[in-house]
Order: sequence, then C-alpha cells, then structure tokens
Amino acid sequence: MKVPAPLVRLWHRLGSPRWFFETTAPWLPWLLGLGVVLLGAGAFWGLALAPADYLQGNSFRIIYVHVPAAILAQSCYMLMGTCGVVLLVWRMKLADMVLEAAAPIGASFTALALITGAVWGKPTWGTWWAWDARVTSMLILLFLYLGIIGLRQALARPEAAGRACAILAIVGLVNIPIIKYSVDWWLTLHQPSTFKLTEKPAMPPSMWIPLLLSVLGFYALFVWSVLQSTRVVVLERERRTAWVQNFVTEQGSKP
Amino acid sequence: MHPKRKQRLTLVAFLFAGVALAVGLALFALNENINLFYPPDQIARGEAPVDQRIRAGGMVLEGSVQRDPGSLAVRFTLSDMAGHDVPVVYEGILPDLFGEGQGIVATGRLRANGTFEASEVLAKHDENYMPPELAELAGRKAPEGQRAGMATLDAGG
Repeated sequence: MKVPAPLVRLWHRLGSPRWFFETTAPWLPWLLGLGVVLLGAGAFWGLALAPADYLQGNSFRIIYVHVPAAILAQSCYMLMGTCGVVLLVWRMKLADMVLEAAAPIGASFTALALITGAVWGKPTWGTWWAWDARVTSMLILLFLYLGIIGLRQALARPEAAGRACAILAIVGLVNIPIIKYSVDWWLTLHQPSTFKLTEKPAMPPSMWIPLLLSVLGFYALFVWSVLQSTRVVVLERERRTAWVQNFVTEQGSKP
Repeated sequence: MHPKRKQRLTLVAFLFAGVALAVGLALFALNENINLFYPPDQIARGEAPVDQRIRAGGMVLEGSVQRDPGSLAVRFTLSDMAGHDVPVVYEGILPDLFGEGQGIVATGRLRANGTFEASEVLAKHDENYMPPELAELAGRKAPEGQRAGMATLDAGG
C-alpha cells in the first residue's frame, strides 16, 4: 500500500514539537471562537427554544451537556490510545506529549458525563446511581484516566512513564466498545442509543439539531484545550532547546 | 515500514488482541451477572432465585395498576408484552415517570407463590424523545403526575 506523499510529509513534520508549536498557534483563536459560538447556539436553542419532552418535561434538557460530554470522554480516550500506539511503534515525542496533555481533559469530560447522568437519573429513574453495565463501564473509563494520570506521576524517568502510560492507554481501549454496546449486550437501566447510524434518530429535528451543535461545539473546545495543553507540555519538555528559550525571551520582552 | 517498527506494531497488536480476548471471555462468563435485572420470562421460567434480593425489570401492563386508597400500597403486573407476567406488590413512593405502559426496574424478593415484593421501584426511560404535541399524535400519554408537573413548569417559565 502506497501512502500519499503529503501525508508522509505531514507525518515527518509531526516528529518535530517545534513545528507543532508554531503551526498550531494561529488555529487557537479560531477554534475557541468556533467552540463558543457553536456551544452558545446549541445551549440557547436546546435550553430555551427546543420543546419539552412529553414524558420527562424539562429535565431531558440535560442531554445537551450529558451526551456531548460522554461522546468526548470516549473520543478523547481513543485519541490517547492512538497516541499510545504511535509512541510505542514510532517513538514519536509529540504522541507522548498529547497523551500527557489530553488525560486530565478526558477525565473532566468523563466526570461531567457521570455527574450530569446522576443529576438526570434522580428525577427520571428515581435514583442517582445504578450499577448497570453502561454506568459502571463509564466509571471504569474515569478510573482509566485517573490511572494514566497517576502512573505518569509515579514513575521518575519520563521515558519509562511515557511507555507505561501508552500501554495502559492501549489496554484501556478495550473498554470503549464495551461502553458503546453495553446497552445492547446486557439488560441495563440506561436506555439504548437514541442515535443509530442506520436508523432515523428517535427524536425530532427540533431536539437533535441543538444537540448536534452542542456536540460540535464540545469538539471544537476539546481540540482547542488539547492543543493549548500540549503546547504547555512542549514548552516544558523542550525548555533546554534554543528555540524555546528564544520564544520565552521574546514573550518576556513584549510590553 | 522499517522492520523494527513492524515488529513493535505486531507486538502492540498482540498485546491488544490478548487483552481484548481476556476481557471478552471474562465478560462472556459473567454475562448473566452483568444484567441489571431479571426479565419477566426468566422469572416465569423459574430461573430467578426465590426469597433473595434481586431486581426484576419489564413493562407495567396497561390497566394493571391498583392503588390502595388508604395507603401508599400499589400492585401491578410486570410484563414483557410477550405473554410472561409477574404480579408485583410495593408500598412507597413511585418515581414520577412510573405509569402504565412504562418500563420499570424493581428491587425486592420473589416469593414462592410467584409474587414479587418490591422494596424499590425505578423508572426505565426508553430512547424516544418527543414534544408533547407529537406524543399525542403518536398516541403516547404521559403519566398524570408528570403532565401536571410539566404544566406548572410551563406556567412558571
């Protein structure tokens, strides 16, 4: 299989943290702006304009935070698993930096999904928590994130820590299909997916369009925060290189 | 691809496949235990343990809910809408979403006479969301308590 030349070039450039740092700088304000606009529109549409649900009334509106948070929690983990493979196979420094930067962000999204789920569960199910397959596998995802964060702190040699985190991230990938299909494989209190690839959503457009905006807004803000966070890690780890020292001096001399 | 990298990629692939296989087998072995509740057909077939704390889940059969006017006691039939029914007795506060034709999960004990004595009843929501007007067209009704609650919310907002 032949990989197209521009992709090969991009792949080689990703080997340079400096290239990453300088290339992503102009993207940040656009991503932040896009995220704020999309999330603002989704939140206003979802909270104020979308109709109430016939059964749950207004409490269903937490879906506009809960579903995007849960999607991002899993997307972020898949990103980290991919970074783990790239680090172990190609020894790319940047992959380890993204792996370090993304972990706390993914953990926050997972915690947000669990908390909003509990807040919704109380009025809907009648309980804050149920040990069903969906809720439990999401809790395991949170522990995987916390484990990866803790493992890096626990190992003194950065290189060993990076590889250990990469292995844990790859092993934990097994949990992602379990989360996704838990509601189909087992009897759970959590309802099955409202959105399926092959069927019409079990929700009218007046409800799912704001949800889509909200999910896209979450994605934009996620990319923004992972980039920001990775840039900080780049500066920290490359602090002994001339280009970082020049960059810091330049920043310091600005009024 | 560099042979060294190819070797490492194979190693990573084996690591992942091994873990996936181990987890898959463990989940397969635990299959019954991961289910949160017993469906009515399993209870009707006698697969659920008697006099032990278990959960039973299913739909509340239309027209089966009988409330005691003097107390919080209620009895209803849990059904899988395929001919398997379990009578349930419960005394306590029901969740807002409880209603005939709705899914529920009840915690309690199955007695030898086939009656399920529930100590907690949770409502199970399905994956369908719709505005009240659409629901009326589709012939779905919200339980009375919930409809009243929505009216006050609408008046307030």
